[in-house]
Amino acid sequence: MSGAYLRTDDLSVGYQGKALIEHIALSLQRGEIMTLIGPNGSGKSTILRSIIRQLRLIGGTVYLDGRAMAGMTEIDVAKRLSVLMTDRVKPELMRCEDVVATGRYPYTGRLGILSAADWDKVHESMELVHAAELAKQDFSRVSDGQRQRVLLARAVCQEPEVIVLDEPTSFLDIRHKLELLAILKDMVRKKDLAVLMSLHELDLAQKASDYVVCVQGNRIGRCGPPEEIFTAGSIAELFGVARGSYHAGSGSVELERVDGTPEVFVIGGGGSGISVYRRLQRRGIPFAAGVLHRNDLDFPVAEALAAGLVAERPFCPISDETFERAQALMASCGKAVCPLEDTGPMNEKNLELRKLAEQKGWLIQQI
Amino acid sequence: MTRTRYGLCYALLGVALALLLLANIAAGSVNVSLAGILAGDRIVWGIRVPRALAALILGGALAVSGFLLQTFFANPIAGPFILGISSGAKLTVALVMIFLMSGGRAIGSIFMILAAFAGAMVSMGFILLISRYIHQPSLLVVGGVMIGYICSAVTDFVVTFADDANIVNLHNWSLGSFSGISWDNLRVIAIVAGAALFLTFFLSKPIGAYQMGEVYAQNMGVNIRALRIWLILLSSILSACVTAFAGPVSFVGIAAPHLMKAMFGTAKPLVILPACFLGGAVFCLLCDFIARTAFSPTELSISSVTALFGAPIVIYILAKRRSAK
Repeated sequence: MSGAYLRTDDLSVGYQGKALIEHIALSLQRGEIMTLIGPNGSGKSTILRSIIRQLRLIGGTVYLDGRAMAGMTEIDVAKRLSVLMTDRVKPELMRCEDVVATGRYPYTGRLGILSAADWDKVHESMELVHAAELAKQDFSRVSDGQRQRVLLARAVCQEPEVIVLDEPTSFLDIRHKLELLAILKDMVRKKDLAVLMSLHELDLAQKASDYVVCVQGNRIGRCGPPEEIFTAGSIAELFGVARGSYHAGSGSVELERVDGTPEVFVIGGGGSGISVYRRLQRRGIPFAAGVLHRNDLDFPVAEALAAGLVAERPFCPISDETFERAQALMASCGKAVCPLEDTGPMNEKNLELRKLAEQKGWLIQQI
Repeated sequence: MTRTRYGLCYALLGVALALLLLANIAAGSVNVSLAGILAGDRIVWGIRVPRALAALILGGALAVSGFLLQTFFANPIAGPFILGISSGAKLTVALVMIFLMSGGRAIGSIFMILAAFAGAMVSMGFILLISRYIHQPSLLVVGGVMIGYICSAVTDFVVTFADDANIVNLHNWSLGSFSGISWDNLRVIAIVAGAALFLTFFLSKPIGAYQMGEVYAQNMGVNIRALRIWLILLSSILSACVTAFAGPVSFVGIAAPHLMKAMFGTAKPLVILPACFLGGAVFCLLCDFIARTAFSPTELSISSVTALFGAPIVIYILAKRRSAK
C-alpha cells in the first residue's frame, strides 16, 4: 500500500530465535488507529516490542516512513516513533514535566539542555492530554490515570508520526480508560498521527479503533474494520469463550447462562428487564423472559442469559400466537415478576400477561 | 528558583571543600607554622598536600562511580564497595604487589591501575551474571557482598603468606588509607580519573534518559548497548583508580550520591554528576581528617570512618524504600 506509514513485511516475532508468530503483514496509515486484540499471552506485546526494536526480529522487515527500520539510527527512529509501554517507570526525583521533557531527547544538543521552545513543546503536550496542572508534581506520587496521561504527553512531546502503545488502559478505572482513549482519538485527528496499540478491553477496542487485528497465539487471525471483526462468533472463537457470551452490537460480555427448567417468568422490555436477568443469573435461578421484541434493549441480554425466551418480530404488535406461548411458559414457571412499566400499542399484550399473573397469584413483587 | 538552589548548593560544597582542604593540610601529628607551609615545608608539601588532593580526587571518583552503578542497576544502594568491585580490584592489586615485590621490583602507578581495573572487571562480570538471574535489588547487593567477602578472604590469605617486610605496607593498604601517596601517584590519578570523569560528564544526557528505564531510553534515541558498556567501563575505571592507591574505601559511593540528590532535590545527571564529585570529595576529606586526627598519632583506616557515616545512610535508604511501598 502506498500510504502506509508503518508497514511490516512477512514479519516473524518471538524469543531467543524461536518464532512465536509468523507472516505478520500490517499496514498502518496516518490518521488511523490500529488495535491488536487477543487473549492474554497471545503475543500482542511481542509484536509491538519487535516493531519498536526492543526484541530482535526473527524474520521479515519493518518499514517506517518508507525505510527499513533495521537500517535507521536510534535518533532517526526516535523522531518518527514514540512509545507508551507497560514497563513501570520509577524515575527518582522527577516532576511530571521533567518526565514529559525526556521526550525532547532527540532534538536537544550534546548535554541535553532544553531551550525555551522545547519547554513550550513540553507544556503544549501536557495541555493536549489535560495534564497541565500536574507539571510541577512529583511523578512518583500521581495516580495511575495521571501517570498514563503524563507518559502519553511524553510520547507526544517527541513529535512522532506514529505512537505505539501497549495496553495503555490497563490498571485504569473505567472513567480514565475512556478519557485516555478520547484524548488519543482527538490527538490522532489533530496531529494526523498513526497509532498502533494493543488493548484487552473489547468494548473499547471496538469503539476506538479504525482497524482491528486479532492475534491468536501462533498466528494473526482476522483483520478488518471493527464492524467486520466484532461479530459474536469471531470474538467467541478468538477468546475461546465457552462459559459466557459476547454481544456484538453493544460490545458487552455476559456470563454463562443458568440452564434448567425456568422457575420465574420475567415480563420485561425497554431495558427494564436487564438488571432482573442479571440478578437471577447471579443467584443461579433459571428463568424465562418475554415478550420481547427482537430489537428491544433487553433482548440481547435475555438471549444470553434466559433459559426460555418468547420474542416477537421488530416493530410488530405482539401476535396472539406469541402471547399464547408466553402464557404457557409463564404457567409452567408458576412465578412471575414484572419490571416492565412503559407500554404502548406494540407491547400492550404484556399488560395482559401481568394481569393474568396477578389473578393466578403468580406475581411476586421483588426478586 | 531551582537554579538558585543549585547555585547555593554548589557554593556550599565549594566552601566546605576549600575549608577541609586547608584543615587537612594544616593539621597533623607534627605542627607546622603558616610560615613553614609557605616556605615549602617537606612534611606539608611532600606528604600532606598530595594526600589531601588524592582524597579529594579519589573521593569524587568513588561517588561518581557509585552514581553510575546506581543508574546502571536502577538500585539506590549499588556502589563499588558493596557490589564487591573494590574487593576484586584489591585482590588483583595485592597479587601483583606481592609477586613483583618479591622480585624486588618497584611498581609503576599505571601498572597498579591496570591490575585494579582487571580485578574490578572480573567482579563486575560476576555481578552482571548474578543480575541476569536475580531481579530483586536487595538480593543483587547480597550477591555483591558475597563476592566482596570471597575476594577479601583470598586477599587475606595471600597477604598472610607474603614476605614479612611487605606485610605492614600491604596490610595498611588493604584496609584502605590515603597515606603514602606521592606526587607521582597523584599525577597519574589526576590524569586517569580526570579523563574518566570528563567522559562521564559528557554522557549525562544518555544517562539521564537511562534513568527512565531501558525501553524508554532506547525509544528516545539512546544506543543502549553502547551506553551500558560505557557505564560499566567508566564505573570500573573510577573505582579501580581509587582501589589501586587507597585500597577499598567503603560506602562513599552510596552515601555521597544519596546526600547530593537530597540536597539538590534532583537526580538529573547534568547537575548531580558534578555535585557527586564535590560531595564525594568533601566526604572523603572529612573522613580522612577524622582518621588522622581523632586518635593522633595513631591513624584509623579510612574505611572504618567512612563506614561509620555511610552505613547508617544505607539503612536509612532501605527503610525509606520499604515504607514508600
